[in-house]
Amino acid sequence: MNALNAFLFVAFPYAAVLVFVIGLAIRYRHRGFTISSLSSQFLEGRRLFWGVVPFHVGLLIILTGHLLAFLVPSSILAWNAEPVRLIILEVSAFAFGLSVLVGLGSLMFRRFTESRVRAVTTRMDIAVEVLLLTQIILGLWVALGYRWGSSWFAADLSPYLWSLFALKPETEAVYALPWVIKLHIFGAFLLIFMVPFSRLAHIFVAPLHYLSRPYQQVMWNWDRGAIRDPNTAWSRARPRNN
Amino acid sequence: MNIRSQISMVFHLDKCIGCHTCSIACKNIWTDRKGAEYMWWNNVETKPGTGYPGKWEDQEIYKGGWEKDGTGIALKGAGKKKGLANIFHNPHLPVIDDYYEPFTYKYLDLIESPAGDDQPTARPISMITGEPMDIKMGPNWDDDLSGTPDYARKDPNLLKLSPAEQQAMFQLERMAFFYLPRICNHCLNPACVAACPSGAIYKRGEDGVVLINQDVCRAWRMCVTACPYKKSYYNWNSGKSEKCILCYPRIEAGYAPACMHSCVGRIRYLGVMLYDADQIERVASSDDGSLIQNHLDIIQDPFDPAVIASAKANGVADSTIHAAQYSPTYKFVKKWGLALPLHPEFRTLPMLFYVPPLLPVMASLSKVDNTAQSQKMNDIAKYWPDNWLYDTSTEELWGTLEQARFPLEYMANMFSAGKTSWVADRLKKLMAVRIHRRAVTVGDISAEKAAKVLADTGLDARTAEDIYYLTALAKFDDRFVIPAAHREQAIEMLEFTGDVKGSTGFGFKGGTAGRGA
Repeated sequence: MNALNAFLFVAFPYAAVLVFVIGLAIRYRHRGFTISSLSSQFLEGRRLFWGVVPFHVGLLIILTGHLLAFLVPSSILAWNAEPVRLIILEVSAFAFGLSVLVGLGSLMFRRFTESRVRAVTTRMDIAVEVLLLTQIILGLWVALGYRWGSSWFAADLSPYLWSLFALKPETEAVYALPWVIKLHIFGAFLLIFMVPFSRLAHIFVAPLHYLSRPYQQVMWNWDRGAIRDPNTAWSRARPRNN
Repeated sequence: MNIRSQISMVFHLDKCIGCHTCSIACKNIWTDRKGAEYMWWNNVETKPGTGYPGKWEDQEIYKGGWEKDGTGIALKGAGKKKGLANIFHNPHLPVIDDYYEPFTYKYLDLIESPAGDDQPTARPISMITGEPMDIKMGPNWDDDLSGTPDYARKDPNLLKLSPAEQQAMFQLERMAFFYLPRICNHCLNPACVAACPSGAIYKRGEDGVVLINQDVCRAWRMCVTACPYKKSYYNWNSGKSEKCILCYPRIEAGYAPACMHSCVGRIRYLGVMLYDADQIERVASSDDGSLIQNHLDIIQDPFDPAVIASAKANGVADSTIHAAQYSPTYKFVKKWGLALPLHPEFRTLPMLFYVPPLLPVMASLSKVDNTAQSQKMNDIAKYWPDNWLYDTSTEELWGTLEQARFPLEYMANMFSAGKTSWVADRLKKLMAVRIHRRAVTVGDISAEKAAKVLADTGLDARTAEDIYYLTALAKFDDRFVIPAAHREQAIEMLEFTGDVKGSTGFGFKGGTAGRGA
C-alpha cells in the first residue's frame, strides 16, 4: 500500500510535471502546427454555446481557486476565518463546479450526437473528456462529502504540494486522506501528464499577448535596412515566421 | 514618408466570362485537401447574387471589417475586447452551412453494384461525415441565376435601392448579370491581421502578401469573422485558418499566380504599387466622403524621386521599383483612373481593384420603316415583320449611361461605398475608349466627335490607345509585371510545389493526418 501511495503521490507527480514541461516545450518549439484549440464551432455553432461557455468559465474560476489555495494558503485561511465568508466561497465554488459539469456533459453529448463533430473526434479527445468528467465529479463529491475543502486544502494539501516543489516530499497528510480525495489528486497529475499529448495544450497558448500588441503586424523576411549592406546580408538570422 | 511595395491586382469585369477556370486552378494547387474542400480561395460570383458564403457583403450578419469609432476605427465584430470576450464561442462565426457542405459521390457503386433490374447510381456523400446527404448548396450555386428570388434578389447591394429600381432590374427584358471573381485583397489595413489573437497573421513587408502562419494559428477563429470579404477560411480538420497566399512561391519565382495565369478571359492584371505606410491609419479612418480619394492617394507615383528614395531606404529592390513604374495596375488604378476597390467602406484598404463592368445599352430601339430592308432578305432568313430598328449608332453619347442595365447605385454600392459619381466617371471613360475605337475601326463616328468624347472624360487619343492595348491586346508580360524575388532573398524557391501537393502548406507533410499531437 505504501509503495502504491509513494508511486501515486511522489513518483508520478514528479514524472507528470517533468513530462509536462519537456513535452510541452518540445511540442511548442518543433511541432507548433499541432497546437490548436481544435474548435468545432465551424461545424456546429448553436449547441456548442451552451456547453463551451459554462465549461470554460467555470473551469477557469475553479482552477484559479485551486491555484490560489496552493500559492497563498494563509490568505484563504484568513478569509475562511469568518463562517459567512467561508460559506460564500464554498457555495460559489460549488456552483462553478456544477457549471463545469453541466458544460462538459453538454459538450460530450453534442460530440456523440452530432455526426459532423464525431467526424473530427479522436480517441485522445474522448480520453481527455472522460478524464475531465471523472475529475469534476470527484471534485464535486469531495466538496459535498468532505467539507470544508477550501480550508483543509490550504492547511493540508498546500504543504504537501510545496514539499514536492522543495524536493522533500512530506506525504503523511496525503496518505491519510480518503480515497476519493486521493483519486482527485491523482487525476490532477494525470491531466498535467496528458497536456503535451492532447488538445489540453491550447490552455498554454492562450492569447493574452494580444492585449499588448499593436493591431497590425508586418514581417520582413530580411532586415530591410541591412539588405543593401553587403557586409550584413548573409549574417542576419531570419525572423521567426520562417 | 515610408514607402513600401505592394503586389496589387486589377480585375477587368467587362472581360470576365464566368468560366471558373481561376477557381479550379487554385483549388488544384492549394485547397485539394481534407478540411479545405469547401474553401475557394478564388471564387467567381454572379452579381446580382448572394455570393459565397451567402450574403457575405452584409456586415450586419457577419460583422466583418472596420467601422468608424469616433475619430479612429475599430473592428466591427472582433478586436481585443470583443475577440477575447468571445474566444470560447464566437457569435459571429459563419458555420459550414453558410458556405456549403463539401460532397463527393460514391462512384465505386457504379462499378461494384451487383447486377439488378435498375441502373446503379452514385449517391452523394458528405466529405465531412462520409454519410449520404442531400446537396443543398455548392460553391457557385447561384451561378447565372440573375433575377431569381432566392439569390439575386437577396443581394445585399440591393438593400439601399428603392423597390421600383429593384423591380426594374429584374424585368425579364432588362435582366442582366455580371461576374465578380474574388480572391484575398491583400489589404493595407487587414482586419484579419488585427483580429488574430495569436498574432499568427501578418503582412509581408517585402510584397504586402497577407499570410497566416500555420504553426502559430490556434483556431481562435477571429479572422474568419473579421475579414469582411470572408476570405479567411477555417480548416475544420487541421484546426487552423487558411487563406489565399497570392501564390507567393510562384510570385517569388517570377510567375503569375495560378488563378491569373490560367484566366481565360485575360481579365487579370498584377503589378507592384508603391504606397506610403505612414498614411495607412489616417486613410483608413477617413470620413465617408474622402475615403475613396484617400485610398487612391495612398498609392504613390513610382517616378517621383522622393518616393524612389524612400523606397530604397526601406530596402525595396531596384527591380521592384522598376516593376512599379511599368505596373499595369498602377496604370488602371492611378494613371487612367479606371479601377475601384471592392467595398471600400469596409476600410481594410483592399489592394485588389476592379474595372466596373460597362454593361452598356449601346443601342436603342426606334420605330422605322423596315420594308426596304426586309425585301433584301432571302427566303430562309429569319424575319420579323415589325418595324423596330435596333440602332447601334451612338448619337446620344452619355444618355445611355443612365439607361445602363443596372442602376448606377447598385454598382456604386459595390465599388464606391454608394457614391455614384466614382462609378459613373469610370464607366464614361470606358465608353469613351469604345467610341474612340469605333471611330478608328468602324468609322461611323466622326473623329471630332470621338475626340470630344475623350476630352469630356479627360483622356486623349494616345491614352485611349494605351487603355485599348492593355485591355484588349495585352500580352502575358504586359498583364503581369512581377518582380521576382532576388535569389538570395528567395524563401520557397528551392521547393517544387508538386512535391508537397495535398499537404498543409510547405514543410510538414503529415500535418493534417493527425489532429492534436
